[in-house]
Amino acid sequence: MKINVKHIAKLANLPLSVEEEIKFEKQLLEILSYVEKLKKIDTKNAKITSQITGLENVTSEDKASPSLTQDESLSNSKSNHNGLFKVPKIL
Amino acid sequence: MKPVIGLEVHVELKTKSKMFCRCSADYFGKKPNTHTCPVCLGLPGALPVPNKKAIEWCVMLGMALNCDIPQFSKFDRKNYFYPDLAKGYQISQYDEPFCLKGSIKLDSGKKIGITRVHMEEDTGKLIHETTEGEDVTLIDFNRSGVPLVEIVTDPDFDNAKNVLDYLKKLQQIARYLNISNADMEKGDMRLEPNISISTNGELPDYKVEVKNINSFRFVEKSIEYEIERQTNLIKESVKPTQETRGWNQAKQKTVTQRIKEESSDYRYFPEPDIPPIRWTKSQISNLKSQIGELPEEKLKKFKENYKLSDYDAEILTREVIQADYFEETVILGKKYGLTPKQIANAIINRRVDLEKILPAKLIEMIISAGKTDKVNDETLRKVIKEVLEDNPKIAQDYKKGKNSVIQFAIGQVMYIIRKKIDTEILRKLIMEELK
Amino acid sequence: MSLNTLSIKKAREGLSKRQFSSVELVRACISKIKERKNLNAFITVCEKEALEKARQSDKKIKDRIDLPLLGIPISLKDIYLTKGIRTTAGSKVLDDYIPQYNATVVKKLEDVGAIIIGKTNCDAWAHGSSGENSDYGHTKNPWSEAHVPGGSSSGSAVSVAAKMSFASMGSDTGGSIRLPASFCDVVGLKPTYGRVSRYGIVAMASSLDSIGHFTKNTDDSALMLSVTAGKDLNDSTMPSKNVESYESYLRRGVKGVKIGIPKEYFALGLDKRIKDNVIKSVKSLEKEGAKIESISLPNTEYATACYYIIQPAEVSSNLARYDGIRYGSARQNFGDEAKRRIMLGTYVLSSGYYDAYYKRAMQVRTLIKKDFDEAFKKVDVIITPVSPTLAWKLGEKTSDPLLMYLSDIYTVTANLAGIPGLSVPIGFIDDLPVGMQILGPQFSEGKLFQVGKAWENINL
Repeated sequence: MKINVKHIAKLANLPLSVEEEIKFEKQLLEILSYVEKLKKIDTKNAKITSQITGLENVTSEDKASPSLTQDESLSNSKSNHNGLFKVPKIL
Repeated sequence: MKPVIGLEVHVELKTKSKMFCRCSADYFGKKPNTHTCPVCLGLPGALPVPNKKAIEWCVMLGMALNCDIPQFSKFDRKNYFYPDLAKGYQISQYDEPFCLKGSIKLDSGKKIGITRVHMEEDTGKLIHETTEGEDVTLIDFNRSGVPLVEIVTDPDFDNAKNVLDYLKKLQQIARYLNISNADMEKGDMRLEPNISISTNGELPDYKVEVKNINSFRFVEKSIEYEIERQTNLIKESVKPTQETRGWNQAKQKTVTQRIKEESSDYRYFPEPDIPPIRWTKSQISNLKSQIGELPEEKLKKFKENYKLSDYDAEILTREVIQADYFEETVILGKKYGLTPKQIANAIINRRVDLEKILPAKLIEMIISAGKTDKVNDETLRKVIKEVLEDNPKIAQDYKKGKNSVIQFAIGQVMYIIRKKIDTEILRKLIMEELK
Repeated sequence: MSLNTLSIKKAREGLSKRQFSSVELVRACISKIKERKNLNAFITVCEKEALEKARQSDKKIKDRIDLPLLGIPISLKDIYLTKGIRTTAGSKVLDDYIPQYNATVVKKLEDVGAIIIGKTNCDAWAHGSSGENSDYGHTKNPWSEAHVPGGSSSGSAVSVAAKMSFASMGSDTGGSIRLPASFCDVVGLKPTYGRVSRYGIVAMASSLDSIGHFTKNTDDSALMLSVTAGKDLNDSTMPSKNVESYESYLRRGVKGVKIGIPKEYFALGLDKRIKDNVIKSVKSLEKEGAKIESISLPNTEYATACYYIIQPAEVSSNLARYDGIRYGSARQNFGDEAKRRIMLGTYVLSSGYYDAYYKRAMQVRTLIKKDFDEAFKKVDVIITPVSPTLAWKLGEKTSDPLLMYLSDIYTVTANLAGIPGLSVPIGFIDDLPVGMQILGPQFSEGKLFQVGKAWENINL
């Protein structure tokens, strides 16, 4: 089994150093080989459970409520300009 | 070589609140980041609550496109990173969307397959600028979370004209349903065509996505440009690269935006924070009954029931407000012996301001315009004789078989008498005098 | 007797009788926090604010206002968003984050008079079973500072065990309340999934996160749940179940209650002394009239693998919002454990692997839930150990992530099945606390309190 750690880190938007890549590859492989044990079960006829409550049809009426103020919205950003969040230019 | 085009259109719904939170969805022109909350700003701990009306409108649009509405449907997370995507994932629908397998017929008679219609949320808006010497991108999250309906067609288009026709029809349906203004220029209807060229009658193994087509004006041009670009490449035995291109309005061409080295892995999985939707039969039929007459049906009715010309019927059914106004006036006008044709003429030719003039007033106007003054036959004959004497050409042309000259005579008589006279009586008298 | 050693019930009584003031309660807690600062149970202490609230509470008490938690200092795991009060989730990424809103539970607690004394330390992002993954230093076990207090709600467990607060709110995604409760000699409740609102609490794994609390005894636990439970329109995953009167269960005793003992939880790998202790405790409940029955939960051995696919997958998605733009700092600042789980989760969801891992795990989850559904047809509650071992030494498992994950084998099943679990202290082994957990069907918290209280009465 091999993991393309570089590719996974890219998908996950996680910049990793070379040392980290090596370290994590080893650890991830170990964990993955443990969870491989699920392959032993016969899941052919089992339904999937993506939610445990059994709830359905939970919605809200279309009514507008007050929003955060502009100051509140920006209050934790380190970089903003004229009420907008600011980041280095995206190509 | 034949172009193969499939379309992805996003329609922004004009609900009062956003898709997964109750911030006002009316964000256009508002001060930046004033329509945000923990949910649409992606703050830690926030949770989504779906907008019932948005879901209903999505289903109604699907129904208007003849889609199947599966009984069970759910939301999924589409995971990717971009600064305008607050949560780092978009709540969308993957394998169990609200509407599937529909169709729409174009004016040419060509049938376009609708693959699916599903619900998702909009992202924030990016503004690229240079401020204080720095090249930056600025982000406004007011639009983040606004409900979007995505309509995907089968790759059934083969030319730009058809695409334009489809867009116009889709826009009309959205406006008829009153769920969106579907204005391309304002961004509440967005088009992304996928274009490729088939060389052997089979579906090509690549496709080019074109973004940034922001107005109706450039739909045909941009698509035709791309078709030509790809055709030229293929003629030189070069396979067009699978990529996303942007329409550059200034340069009037498509340019490479980003090459998809690997197609994006969105790692879709069922949205754990939102329970699925299961419809009852009565809920579905209830939504269907809310739809009312769609443009195609109305057009047919106007031609067949009201006996209007294709031209008149098309103009009157362009917008549902006008069509409804017309029908209301027809019903009222019946009592006064007015025909649908008369009413159509009045609306179209007089360019009536429907908001200022109520149907009852319009009928009054038509009737008074049609009222004729009573002038006795003797007086009429006297004037007719005068006109015929002054204009010998009338009698000459009439002898030659030019019947249109009667209309001229009528006009001359009316000009002299300066009263509105029943043209049928005049015509009869004039023809008698000519004999 | 120091005021901070009282139970909530006794403290409320004393306040109403004007035997002491809320200010005195807060002062006692603050003093304890300072005295045992080295336990590192708190990331933020709200001394000034708490004293001010205490003064206001004393005024209300004087005016004979009666609210369930009026004047009572409680602490919150630092994943609970508190408006205007720094919230870090135990991570440097949120080192300076000041939330713009309150979690629903925080609002509920404050509405009934609770005073927030501080935000407790935890494994960063709730990722951990020992308290050693915090970016703010590990928390120490008050019973033995060389041993782990358990995690991820480490600071919360310690704040109650060391009498720094009268109760503490935590979270349990794979055992993060029950495990530290059992290592620290306090009562820990993991309610049914969807019983208590998750809105405003940093999400770890959305389909597994359970919002619960630590208290000194079962009575207090029932009281806390009666405040925090109940439908929240901001959280779409909460069934419309009425909040029962949990108090009424506390005096019912355990006569006729059917207790299931699942053989899979008492097999190889369990410390024999813990096994003997739990069996002994269950036998004493039998003496009080409970009926003991041997049952089987056959898919137990797959639960940890199932959990360590589903949880990291949801974690990887839930942590995507931390990009440093709207709040927080760069993703480089995630600690190792967070990075590990993000990558594991990304992998099991990625193209080509989704079916083999995530989809399969969702199917196994159905089988695990079914095991419990079948079992609860025969028994009312299930009792098992909480941990296969005693609290381990600090640093013992930190270089082996998989070994750390295997500490969760008895606790993850309740999260996968969405059922509630109450961890109660059953004694000491080698001077380290040991607990047992009482599990019940969804929304059976009343029954859990019933059995927990009966056990407490025997143990007095």
